[in-house]
Amino acid sequence: MGPRLDGSTMTDHGITGGVHSAPFQAWLAPVARRAEAVVLPLMALLVGFAVFSLFLVVQGKSPAEFFGLVYKAGFGTAFSWQNTLSRTAPLLFAALCVALPARLGLVVIGGEGAIVLGGLTAGVLGVALAGLPAALALPVMVAGAAVIGGLWIGTVGALRYFRGVNETIASLLMAYIAIALMNHLVEGPFRDPASLNKPSTAPLTDALRVGDIPGWDVHWGLLVGVVACVFSWALIDRTTWGFAARIAGGNVGAAQVQGLPVGRLILGFTALGGAFAGLAGFFEVTAVHGSANASLASGYGYTGILIAFLARHNPLAIIPVAILLAGFEASSGLVQRRMDLPDATTLVLQGIVFVAILISDTFYGRFRIFAPERWSKP
Amino acid sequence: MSDLGIWAVPLAILGGAIRVSTPFLFVSLGEVLTERSGRINLGLEGTLVFGAMSGYAIAFLTGSPWAGVLAAAAAGAFFGLIHGLICSLPRVNDIAIGIAMMILGMGLAFYFGKPFVQPVAPDLPAISFGWWSDLPQVRAALQVNVLFLIGGVAAFALWWMFRATRVGLIIRVVGDSTDAARAMGLRPALIRTLATAAGGAFAGVGGAYLSLYYPGSWNEGLSSGQGLMAVALVIFARWNPIACFGAALLFGGAGALGPALQSVGVSEGYYLYYAAPYVLTLGVLIATSSPRQAMTGAPGELSITK
Repeated sequence: MGPRLDGSTMTDHGITGGVHSAPFQAWLAPVARRAEAVVLPLMALLVGFAVFSLFLVVQGKSPAEFFGLVYKAGFGTAFSWQNTLSRTAPLLFAALCVALPARLGLVVIGGEGAIVLGGLTAGVLGVALAGLPAALALPVMVAGAAVIGGLWIGTVGALRYFRGVNETIASLLMAYIAIALMNHLVEGPFRDPASLNKPSTAPLTDALRVGDIPGWDVHWGLLVGVVACVFSWALIDRTTWGFAARIAGGNVGAAQVQGLPVGRLILGFTALGGAFAGLAGFFEVTAVHGSANASLASGYGYTGILIAFLARHNPLAIIPVAILLAGFEASSGLVQRRMDLPDATTLVLQGIVFVAILISDTFYGRFRIFAPERWSKP
Repeated sequence: MSDLGIWAVPLAILGGAIRVSTPFLFVSLGEVLTERSGRINLGLEGTLVFGAMSGYAIAFLTGSPWAGVLAAAAAGAFFGLIHGLICSLPRVNDIAIGIAMMILGMGLAFYFGKPFVQPVAPDLPAISFGWWSDLPQVRAALQVNVLFLIGGVAAFALWWMFRATRVGLIIRVVGDSTDAARAMGLRPALIRTLATAAGGAFAGVGGAYLSLYYPGSWNEGLSSGQGLMAVALVIFARWNPIACFGAALLFGGAGALGPALQSVGVSEGYYLYYAAPYVLTLGVLIATSSPRQAMTGAPGELSITK
């Protein structure tokens, strides 16, 4: 597979010792090594914003007005924070669906399919179990959404491992299939006859709707998403499975020689990513829409790809990056109306930032300031 | 439709295959050219959409559909050039760049294409091969667009180029071994960038066909993954341009299945027929991939098969 996707800055060189203040350098060296993975993406983000600003200037629009409005509508008030954080929840899950397989060197971009099917499963189960108490029905809906999402993306991993099918193409094809399947089921077998303009499953009862975090005006999906990110970080950074996955992501052949269960790792990490994406669908249906319909395919899965790459597939870094991009999405409506921009403006900005972050890959290891062992050399 | 009975369906699929296959054909030929040089461009979906928009816009502004096709080719070459230049940098992931260029291409197309959703641009001409028949269905099915014929000729020309010309040999050497190419005094990065740009031009023309002939208008839902399916189709066709021609017809037929059934009154399960091309693509990917050895015919330097 391609170059390092994990963003690790592992070097086994010791500190070769500076001539001057050694203790200070000993303290600074690990900071400098870690800083590379933070500073370069931030620089790339700024360069991306600068190029986008140039694009706006050429169009005769004001970048200052654009970013000012994004700040105001995305982060300026309590209401805009609430809007931003509500959109953050599905993005956290969608980004994990990219970041977890990426640890194994897999580029999975079809998380949208698992979101759609997870949401559909939650909606259908919610209708079927409407008579049961919520304490019984909700866990079944959660499990159903996660299992379907896990199976969907796990299939991508299985195809990769057992048949050598390219996971990038397969996952995106399966996303198209998932959306078609959802449209078919929502307009056919599972359609609520009362939904006229927008075919949907029957609305969930109030007992099965997921509410807000007390005192926050933001639904529980945000908290569960943050927990999922911390859990994924611990899995990757603090367990032997995560360590094995990183080795397998670097070199599958070497991992197999070491006796690592590459197949189980691929299946496990893709399925876990898919299960998280399924949860995104669960929260979209139970906390936002109230029934499963075409609104499930609203592009969170694709924004999640960009978030995971910006976070360099580090689950903890996903949290701030997802909030940032959610702010841009939350403000897009206002920005477009005020500045008379087409709604594709967000897509242009995302594309430019995505290209910039990928170009920044070429600068890793080029700057001496991040490599303590080279500090003392002339 | 009643006088043809059940035969209306295969006839509609044949006609549909010829109509629907042209974008697949152009994108897959472009991808063959790129991948034979050892690089993959997953961003051709974005190039296709941008080609469709720019072709439609220029055709509307100049009144000439062929000016639109040229503009789409130029825009596609530009996107390919950017992709090629970025991928020439060390340690840059060509698959991820493809995804980013796909998002950027679609974003720019929707951004600049907004004013052209309403206006009507002139269509590309078609040649009627159905003059011998009295049946309107046969005539409709054999209404063949000029670009389809050009694509067919281009498939054979590319095949011949790879087989018998110096340029073809150079591209193949670069694609099979960077080291061997360097030893021959070639510059792999430059040749790959040029091959990616040329491949982008093909994809742009495929997009112009979408907006200027079939379906023949510009809107944001014009392409739904045809560019991506064409990339999968190249693996199925084993990097052989002539096999791409056949595969494009097959995929076009699958894409025409839904509308063909609808035309005879079958509307049940519309969305499932709509998914047929994706299922078919996934099926051939599974059938033609192999977990152990490199695929026959695959360029040695290609990242997806290594």
